[in-house]
Amino acid sequence: MSQAMSQGTKPKHTLSGEEIIRCTGVNKWYGEFHVLKNVNLNVQKGERIVVCGPSGSGKSTMIRCLNRLEEHQKGTIVIDGIELTNNLKNIELVRREVGMVFQHFNLFPHLTVLENCTLAPIWVRKMPKAEAEERAMSYLKRVRIAEQARKYPGQLSGGQQQRVAIARSLCMSPKVMLFDEPTSALDPEMVKEVLDVMIGLAEDGMTMLCVTHEMGFAKSVADRVIFMDRGEIVEQDTPDAFFSNPKSDRTRLFLSQILNH
Amino acid sequence: MTDNVQSVGLPDERPPANTVGPIAWLRSNLFNSWYNAILTILVLALLVSAIPPFVGWLLVNAHGFDSNSTVCRQDAGGACWGFIGEKLRFIMFGMFPWDEQWRPLLTIGIFIALLVASCDRRFWKPWFGLVWAAGLTLVAILMWGGVFGLTYVENTLWGGLPLTIILSVIGLAVAFPVSILLALGRRSDMPAVKVLCVTYIELIRGVPLISLLFMASVMLPLFLPNGVSVDKLLRAQIAFIMFAAAYMAEAIRGGLQAIPKGQYEAADGLGLSYWQKMRKIILPQALAIAIPPLVNTFISFFKDTSLVIIIGLYDLLGTAKAALSDPSWRGFYREAYLFIGVIYWIFCFSMSKYSQKLERDLNRGHRR
Repeated sequence: MSQAMSQGTKPKHTLSGEEIIRCTGVNKWYGEFHVLKNVNLNVQKGERIVVCGPSGSGKSTMIRCLNRLEEHQKGTIVIDGIELTNNLKNIELVRREVGMVFQHFNLFPHLTVLENCTLAPIWVRKMPKAEAEERAMSYLKRVRIAEQARKYPGQLSGGQQQRVAIARSLCMSPKVMLFDEPTSALDPEMVKEVLDVMIGLAEDGMTMLCVTHEMGFAKSVADRVIFMDRGEIVEQDTPDAFFSNPKSDRTRLFLSQILNH
Repeated sequence: MTDNVQSVGLPDERPPANTVGPIAWLRSNLFNSWYNAILTILVLALLVSAIPPFVGWLLVNAHGFDSNSTVCRQDAGGACWGFIGEKLRFIMFGMFPWDEQWRPLLTIGIFIALLVASCDRRFWKPWFGLVWAAGLTLVAILMWGGVFGLTYVENTLWGGLPLTIILSVIGLAVAFPVSILLALGRRSDMPAVKVLCVTYIELIRGVPLISLLFMASVMLPLFLPNGVSVDKLLRAQIAFIMFAAAYMAEAIRGGLQAIPKGQYEAADGLGLSYWQKMRKIILPQALAIAIPPLVNTFISFFKDTSLVIIIGLYDLLGTAKAALSDPSWRGFYREAYLFIGVIYWIFCFSMSKYSQKLERDLNRGHRR
């Protein structure tokens, strides 16, 4: 599987070549169930990666391991030079630099949109309140939701909530953004507003790992598409090569299932 | 074709006359079926037969606050409020020296002022803790005395409403933070902490409050070295705190369990530490959810303070009972219990009403 990578990948934009994520031989089990099998993954700064695969293939688990929401049992994960182990300090350091956007948004319902965005900068980064609010407003403007800053999440639509969740992550100035099926829980008419924000981020050079079924998004912005099945990375390639010339049967089957209906 | 399209909106019409107004209300709420009609009539009959005699006893045939027991005994058709008139200060303040009873009265005033102010969420700031500390210091000075020219009053002489309020307010105030720690400990990943908290909670919940009070008053002194004695009131207070903390911890655990996993993950994902996550994200939501069971505990705990009578402390119920043991007033227990019942009710009902308001306020605007 790793040969596919070395031959096929041609980034759409020039990458620094600087490595920010290195996973080596990562394995994880839920009880007896082997969810992640020997996953090797290197990500460069500024790279945009889309992870796809059938449900239960371990793609969410893999990106959740990258900020230790899930614990891997074997192998090493190094993020921006820090290895993820049981060391709580390291985990907190990594989490500051890795933003995460969830399928179900997970905004804090008892805080306003603005407070959702300023909480972590104020408490984790020890930023003065005024500065945190100013930055939060600029990110809220960027996801085009600044006028809702004083509202509570429950008063917003799903698409708006997800855009707030993206702004909340950006307020921590993360070096990497992880997206865990960010549009799967949205009504169809709201998918585009969230994807537009994500495309904007990608164009600004954010390092992104995105678990999604939005193949249009993959084609237009991804540098690399990773296909996972049954806990392993089956194939990874540039979107062009991946969609036009999949090498594995499993990939072909998956693509035929999601593209022709 | 155009028949299917309504080009002008229909005008608003009034609802049919038989579906609005008092008659319709009666019909739909009290007489909407034959068995509800029978129930309505039965309840009405019960009220008609019960209320007039009660009002007669309570007010019409009653003797006023200045009546004495001889008059009351000759004409026993109504309540004898003279009992309350004569024993009011004893019931309210117990054996506190007669001339100094303005001090416990002021104490009650201070507590009520502090509690009412605490109901306002604008005061939920760290500095308000200092206000409470100042208030409690003032209460201690007033009750004990011995400084500023106030005569010293031993706490064995304290009684009545101030004692009930001191035991319950201080008990709940100390038990609340302890119960939060217990609830968090019970859900902790650290096995030692978890086992400790579970054992504590289950032990305390497994024994009646009375036995805890007995333990505190009879057993504890046996374990202490000679010459060391802990004040009886303090021992009762500690027993109450231990008891309330275990119950409140379970109420709070219920709130914690209702918080979706995603909230923990979002907080973790942002790099918040455990205590930041709990303080800023989890507890504010969990406590709001736990308000109904918490207030339930508050209310039953407030009334449970009356159990201190078994270890010889005279709270509100205790002083009322003691007042009844006066030979000239023996037998006027209805007046006594009704009176203190009303006092208990006012406190408990205020708590209940306030908790409903708080629940509404905290849920406003951010329903999930």
